Amino acid sequence: MRTLSVALVFALGLCAQTSRYGVGRVPGAEEIRGLGPTVAPDGTGLPEGSATAVEGRELFAQKCAKCHGEKAEGDVGPALVGGQGTLATPKPRKTVGSFWPHAPVVWDYVHRAMPFNQPGVLSHREVYAVVAYVLFLNGIIGEKDVMDAKSLGKVRMPNRDGFVPDPRPDVKSK
Amino acid sequence: MMGRAEEARTLGKPLSGYTERSVYVKAERATRQSKTPEAGSSATPLADMMGIITPSALHYERHHAGVPTIDPEQHRLTVHGMVERPLVLTMAEIQRMPSVSRIAFLECGGNSGGEWGALTGPTAQRACGLASCSEWTGVPLRLVLEECGLKPGAAWLIAEGADACRMQRSVPVEAALGEALLAYGQNGEPLRPSQGFPLRLLTPGWEGNLQVKWLRRLLVTDQPYMTRDETSKYSDLMPDGKARIFTLMMEAKSVVTFPSGGQRLPGRGLYELTGLAWSGQGLIERVEVTLDGGRSWQAAVLQEPRLPKAFTRFRLAWQWDGKPAVIASRAVDETGYVQPGKEELIAARGLNSGYHFNGIKLWKVAADGSVANADA
Repeated sequence: MRTLSVALVFALGLCAQTSRYGVGRVPGAEEIRGLGPTVAPDGTGLPEGSATAVEGRELFAQKCAKCHGEKAEGDVGPALVGGQGTLATPKPRKTVGSFWPHAPVVWDYVHRAMPFNQPGVLSHREVYAVVAYVLFLNGIIGEKDVMDAKSLGKVRMPNRDGFVPDPRPDVKSK
Repeated sequence: MMGRAEEARTLGKPLSGYTERSVYVKAERATRQSKTPEAGSSATPLADMMGIITPSALHYERHHAGVPTIDPEQHRLTVHGMVERPLVLTMAEIQRMPSVSRIAFLECGGNSGGEWGALTGPTAQRACGLASCSEWTGVPLRLVLEECGLKPGAAWLIAEGADACRMQRSVPVEAALGEALLAYGQNGEPLRPSQGFPLRLLTPGWEGNLQVKWLRRLLVTDQPYMTRDETSKYSDLMPDGKARIFTLMMEAKSVVTFPSGGQRLPGRGLYELTGLAWSGQGLIERVEVTLDGGRSWQAAVLQEPRLPKAFTRFRLAWQWDGKPAVIASRAVDETGYVQPGKEELIAARGLNSGYHFNGIKLWKVAADGSVANADA
């Protein structure tokens, strides 16, 4: 009996180090990759591929302009260009160029959620292309600058330092 | 002679497997015309609610790419990143783990966004209806993370949904190790598809957008991923051009739901004024009501149950004398935080922060008994 108890404690001890409930299985690296890329603000996690704004121009016209306008000025979907210098004014215009702090996150969002009615349809290279085009339209990169996993993380967005932590409670009640 | 036979009464409907509400009950969520009805919000008809629980079919919605249809047999949650053991979990495995149930409100970070402007919501539903309250059932997220083993330095979870846009938010690990649930039940049944069936994140008291629906992935990291929905959206732009980020906790708020905009009092006399109050910081300590546009305030009765981070219903007997009146409520939570007025909020944050409005909502009762937003 005592031997059994010791064995049981030993077994439970081992379980605690690994699995308490014995649920789930460990996925392989390939299986995790299959869930799709996750992209940190510094670009970690961006996949292979590269493109320039020149390549993005036509793709944008085909896949994006219907909602965002020919020049990304906004239509059904929000404006993606302009607004730089407006954030501290009575009529701020929040766009990729004026507001978004990290270029790799633009890639991440376009990849996961755009085009609105067909997310997932763009290849990784195509996402680099339309992101490059939108950054170019905002005057952030050159038309022939090659955007890839390394260079996109090095793009400095105008509003990079525009976000501050939550200071609440911030309101004085009467 | 015997009395005349009564008119024969018709039998009611037979037993059935699933009950719909009475044909005389019509309350619905409010939506807006949209060219993209898969993205947007629908608001709970707060003035039609009783008690503190929102029927699941009337829980507010905020979707970014429509409501997916997910087979729970096929659904998986993958936890990976800075963990000792990445795990893929089936719904059956998640439901084998110890569960808890708790009542908690959920409020969109953009609820009452229109109240910042000059044209405020004409009804409680339009003004405050992106808030609802349910009993949620699920496994404490902490248990799942312990099962994986967090590596030193793990500080954030990047939560991802299985909707078409793979909605993604960064969640501080301290929340996950606290009250957060992997929720699969709502009000006694599995989550409704529009609330994330079969699995959603639930961090009581924090803004709705964080509570990722159709949860398929938790990536454990040392940093937030500054995703679209936590930078370009749901951040609060201040007059100096800086935007506050991760303003996650929903501060104390309340609204009078009767009498409220769009209703009409049939005449002078005794009424029971009622409404809802809630705080992301815990219990509602008290609710005060004004009947004279804020000159004087009196304590309302708080109806049990009064639970932390849940709707709390308040009531006040009101003898209406038939004269115009401006009524409102203000909530005080257990931390002593007092729900502010709109002017105080604007003084602190300006007019362009857009989100996280929790100001006092005023209703104007006219001499004819009609009720409208006070600035109408």
